[in-house]
Amino acid sequence: MTTPEGPDERQVPPPSPDAASADEPEVRGAEERDREHAAPVHAAAGPMERFVAAVTGTSVVVTILAFVSAMVVGALFIALSEEAVRESMGYFLARPGDALSAAWSVSAEAYGALFRGAVGGAYQLSETGTAAIPLILTGLAVAIPLRAGMFNIGGEGQVIAGGVVAGFVGFAVTGLPFLVHLPLAILAGILGGAAYGFLPGILKARTGAHEVITTIMLNNIAIYVTDYLLSTDRFRLEGRSDPISKTVEASAVLPRIFAGLRLHWGLLLVVVVAVAIWWLLERSTFGFELTAVGKNPDAARAAGMSTGRMIVLGLTLAGALAGLAGGAQILGLQQRITGGFSGGLGFDGITVALLGRGSVGGTVAAGVLFGALKAGGRSMQGATGTSLDLVVVLQALIILFVAAPALVRAIFRIRAQGPATGELAKGWGA
Amino acid sequence: MTTATPPDLDRRNRRFGIFALVLAAIAGAVFATGTAGVATTFQLNDVFGEPAYATLPAVVVPVAPTALFLALVIAGVGLYQAVRGFGDRATIVISVLLGLFVLAFLVWAARGQQLQVLALLRGTMRAAVPLALGALSGVLCERAGVINIAIEGQFLAAAFTAALVSSATGSPWLGLVGGILAGGLVGALLAVLSIRYRADQIVVGVVLIVLATGVTSFLTSQLLVPNPGLNAPDRFGAVTVPVLGDIPLIGPLLFRHSVTVYLMLLAVVVVQIALFRTRWGLRLRAVGEHPKAADTVGIRVLATRYRAVILGGMVAGIGGAYFTLDAAGQFSREMSGGRGFIALAAMLVGRYSPAGALGAALIFGFADALSTSLQILNVGIPSTLLLTAPYVVTILVVAGLVGRLRMPAADGQPYVKE
Repeated sequence: MTTPEGPDERQVPPPSPDAASADEPEVRGAEERDREHAAPVHAAAGPMERFVAAVTGTSVVVTILAFVSAMVVGALFIALSEEAVRESMGYFLARPGDALSAAWSVSAEAYGALFRGAVGGAYQLSETGTAAIPLILTGLAVAIPLRAGMFNIGGEGQVIAGGVVAGFVGFAVTGLPFLVHLPLAILAGILGGAAYGFLPGILKARTGAHEVITTIMLNNIAIYVTDYLLSTDRFRLEGRSDPISKTVEASAVLPRIFAGLRLHWGLLLVVVVAVAIWWLLERSTFGFELTAVGKNPDAARAAGMSTGRMIVLGLTLAGALAGLAGGAQILGLQQRITGGFSGGLGFDGITVALLGRGSVGGTVAAGVLFGALKAGGRSMQGATGTSLDLVVVLQALIILFVAAPALVRAIFRIRAQGPATGELAKGWGA
Repeated sequence: MTTATPPDLDRRNRRFGIFALVLAAIAGAVFATGTAGVATTFQLNDVFGEPAYATLPAVVVPVAPTALFLALVIAGVGLYQAVRGFGDRATIVISVLLGLFVLAFLVWAARGQQLQVLALLRGTMRAAVPLALGALSGVLCERAGVINIAIEGQFLAAAFTAALVSSATGSPWLGLVGGILAGGLVGALLAVLSIRYRADQIVVGVVLIVLATGVTSFLTSQLLVPNPGLNAPDRFGAVTVPVLGDIPLIGPLLFRHSVTVYLMLLAVVVVQIALFRTRWGLRLRAVGEHPKAADTVGIRVLATRYRAVILGGMVAGIGGAYFTLDAAGQFSREMSGGRGFIALAAMLVGRYSPAGALGAALIFGFADALSTSLQILNVGIPSTLLLTAPYVVTILVVAGLVGRLRMPAADGQPYVKE
């Protein structure tokens, strides 16, 4: 929040340090739960209360309200960054209507363009789907380690590793039939990402190095190593000096679903992967152990589970999914590795997983939503000149409000009985 | 690490010892061979700045014998470590051996050329400024029991605001104040969300980074790009401390810097003393270790946490202002380039102490400066790969030397009064 001209976008009632004592009205004793055992907190309430709590306390309502709050704050950003609005601010006191109507029309125009760009027609829907494919995958790459109490910030590096390896197999291996080459390239991407997720996993399991730090460092390493690779003759496109690789062979390209639209068959891969991951997390022993390790590592260890194994497997699986995302971007969309092709997909995955609250269904829904925001944002930038960066601001605000349900409830004066914290990840000690 | 059981200690001894022997083998096999008769010159004088009163002679060393000697020392100490072990001092010993290894590497990398040692060390000091200040921010917050992962966001917010204010007013000092306030604002957001609304602190930290990235990038394209005059801040110039600045080597190294370097050193000293020698620091640490006990004796837990987190944000704000008012001279998107996370690593490596954070920041800063020096020397390693050095070093240090930490007991846990 750096904006010098907009301190008023904070809807938080500014709490003086002293006023911020624990006796807020919406905080109840029932929420004083043990951090390790997130038990349902409204078990003792009557059926009517439980119903009310289930509606007002659920993440769905909070999520929608978070979305609304984020849009309002985002509108302030749009309005304040617009020259015309700032000018009418100059005589705000004389004619407040001017400033307000200018602000309204500017932000309504931008949001309108955003909405039309996301769902306004077949082309727009295809763009939304295309953007959602990698987001769902990187979202799952964050959601899975979250189960084990780990925070995978390394999605970016894992996307790059997967994309580079998949792309390399795509252009360096020649003469294979489509049915062999494409699966091989996809598999290579998955393995590349998995290897890049395995590294922080084994480092954490063996030495206790925190994954937040190691994955961030690996992200930066991946960026520079890719730059290096793209400067070598083995990778670089002949006759080009900028960082761009040779073109993937036609036999390794993920084909498009509809002629003329960019949506590719990576969509099917995502659906299959999402179902498989749902089964793995919710129905398999692996998912149970992963969750157990996340909820209470000591108890899991006492029950004979290997926390180290879960740490390594969790991050490796996450890396595999992010690697698939990278592979799908290269094989389905770009067909060439470029410097910075990942474009923040790994970081977007964090916001997707947090909005999806770590569940598979939620992550898929959040991935589609943020895909729509991204596709709509691009079209908004073209139509109204409002920078695409606004989408990042919106995403951050949405997550901010979702991560602090108590804040949303305070803004909208909802009395809640749900858990007060949006606690997902663990601290340094995990 | 201090309470390792004997079998653990044995294994650790062996691991460290074998690690040292590998270092020695590399030094002996790579650095000491094929370089017979070649010498390396270490230039100790400031060849770019004003001349000092006295100049030091350049140190010329033959490459092969020096590298071989260093390899033998590393091997000898490593062997002792593997067989007998240095016990609690093993970490320090390994750090010294790593230092010797780096020296052997430098002797080899600059063979037949001149290495600007002073420029390298000055670069280390400058690179350490944001890292140490960011790590201090982390120390203040986490000692009080709030995890601050948002350092990167505080850097970006402060760097942007400092550039804007300095450009608009023409005063880098006002820019610095703006940066400090912006860092404090991000700190205040972190405080409100994690203390009052008890949101998950790591999540909030990451979200604040994304938010700061988004807002600064958005405002850069909407505001700074159309108005370049708003992104041309007046920068801090170098200030030479009288007398001290004229001492050879020490003078240019410590006393011929811009204000941000002095502020960083001052902040480390002040926070170190305040945390461990004052009542304020004792209370702050009590709140981070055992908030209930602190509450019982009348310390206001939440107020203490608010103050610590906002103060931490302001300290990181100085580090953020360094990017636009000192290092670069204009704001560009995501210009902090992950240094907020390296600062976080510096805090962990420094074990939540300001002095330790400075030491770690200097190590990471050295890796940063070294990659620049090596690009100038043209050692045959591609520059893009050299740029990974700070990150590789961070991983090695965090994995090898830090291990499992004793963090403040209540770190990351919201406090609810009964």
